[in-house]
Amino acid sequence: MDYLQLMGFGPNGWGYGMLAATGMTVAVALCGYLIGSVLGSLGAAAAFSRFMPLRAIAGFYTTVLRGIPDLLVIYLFYFGSSSVISAVGALFGAEGFVGAPAFLTGAMAIGVVSGAYQMQVFRGAVLALPKGEIEAARAYGMPSFLLFRRIILPQAARFAIPGMGNVWQLVLKESALISVIGLVEIMRQSQIGAGSTRQPFSFYLTAGALYLLITFVSGRGFRLAERRAMRGVRRAA
Amino acid sequence: MPDPAKTPAVQLSNIRKSYGEHEVLHGVSLTANEGDVISILGSSGSGKSTLLRCINMLEVPNAGSVSIHGEAITLDQKPGQPPRARDMRQVNRLRAKAAMVFQSFNLWSHLTILENLIEAPVYVLKRDRKEAIAEAEALLARVGIAEKRHAYPAHLSGGQQQRAAIARALAMHPSVMLFDEPTSALDPELVGEVLKVMRDLAAEGRTMLIVTHEMGFARDVSTRTVFLHNGVIEEEGAPAEVFENPRSDRFRQFISRDH
Ligand SMILES: Nc1ncnc2c1ncn2[C@@H]1O[C@H](COP(=O)(O)OP(=O)(O)OP(=O)(O)O)[C@@H](O)[C@H]1O
Ligand SMILES: [Mg+2]
Repeated sequence: MDYLQLMGFGPNGWGYGMLAATGMTVAVALCGYLIGSVLGSLGAAAAFSRFMPLRAIAGFYTTVLRGIPDLLVIYLFYFGSSSVISAVGALFGAEGFVGAPAFLTGAMAIGVVSGAYQMQVFRGAVLALPKGEIEAARAYGMPSFLLFRRIILPQAARFAIPGMGNVWQLVLKESALISVIGLVEIMRQSQIGAGSTRQPFSFYLTAGALYLLITFVSGRGFRLAERRAMRGVRRAA
Repeated sequence: MPDPAKTPAVQLSNIRKSYGEHEVLHGVSLTANEGDVISILGSSGSGKSTLLRCINMLEVPNAGSVSIHGEAITLDQKPGQPPRARDMRQVNRLRAKAAMVFQSFNLWSHLTILENLIEAPVYVLKRDRKEAIAEAEALLARVGIAEKRHAYPAHLSGGQQQRAAIARALAMHPSVMLFDEPTSALDPELVGEVLKVMRDLAAEGRTMLIVTHEMGFARDVSTRTVFLHNGVIEEEGAPAEVFENPRSDRFRQFISRDH
């Protein structure tokens, strides 16, 4: 079978499978990324808290999760939640090991890891905020929520978007690790295809192209967002 | 009923302010009546900025009271805790009446000059956007930077930015304007254009409190001069009087030094 037939949408082609897997990669990465944004913002807020224990928890979170391998986090999540589910299942008479849902565990694992990185990005963005402009907003009578929405958020976006783009790239690559718990995303689908057709090179090459395509498209999105957020910033000559 | 014309625009009584153990204002009282242009002089660290920032509660005084147009700002004083304003809505309402102009301009860098001028009128004072724009354009023309309305602050010279910042203050229809060394961050050749705008404002009878190192300006333009030293007012009076016959030795030394 030649390459085009192999990756085509004919009866023996793997086109639909690879396409669905691409959708799965984007979906799990996006969900994990969003969970990470929530955790990252909470973590950054905690890091600026006046309450010492909150600061300590935030510091512990970001240090530990950036310090251990992502694959380990995925295993911990998967086997951790599986054993809980199995135990609950045993109460209702189910026998043996019940696997946790791969999508959910995968998204959670990506979420906590990328949250640790996003927290650093948000923290840096807040530290880079021009204090004088925020003070001016207070001096002109802006209540705190208005000040956050009209001044802090658009300014923080400037400093956060480039870092957010980097974290997104990390997340995309990390999503390939979710294949180990059986989620059929690009990586897993390629392994299946490679095994059953004995044409591993074609599959892994296609997988690489698909990842590049996703990073290319999302990279453009981030650059557009950055251009918008950087309005009014004078570039160093 | 108090006579509104006689209600002071700003009244500070016995303001004390400490940072930690260090008291930087030791009970300062100052009244600015309608139309007063008060220049506040003093060497670095004497507490000028702190005093000005107590007026709009950017710093909350540890003791004393602040009234804007006869309305006293309610402060909560719990033992062992720094004082706080009781009602932020009141503070924000009064802040909008006491527009501040900063040494480093502090225009909002993600907004164009025109957007800077309408931001607080539209979002804080809830004015009609179209009217706010029309008025902002007139103000920009008045300070001589109408052609910069769609530029971002970073693309203006310091003098232009400070004139825009003054226009932003005027757009609030403030009852008093607070200036904290408005020309200190400017190149010498740009100082004049900003002082000219301020001179015009004084001439039309605006109430202004100006922290400045521009002695000539203080002397010519202000109706009253206040000299602050180590957190107390050492000299106060009409500029013609105090500059000619300073009663305090410190003020005498201060004005004879290079100024
Ligand atoms: N946020 C702060 N925390 C601690 N100390 C402060 C703070 N702000 C001001 N001070 C101290 O209070 C004193 C008065 O400061 P202030 O800024 O009011 O002086 P200033 O007269 O405006 O001086 P300058 O001419 O340098 O602007 C200084 O000793 C300063 O170090
Ligand atoms: Mg100062």
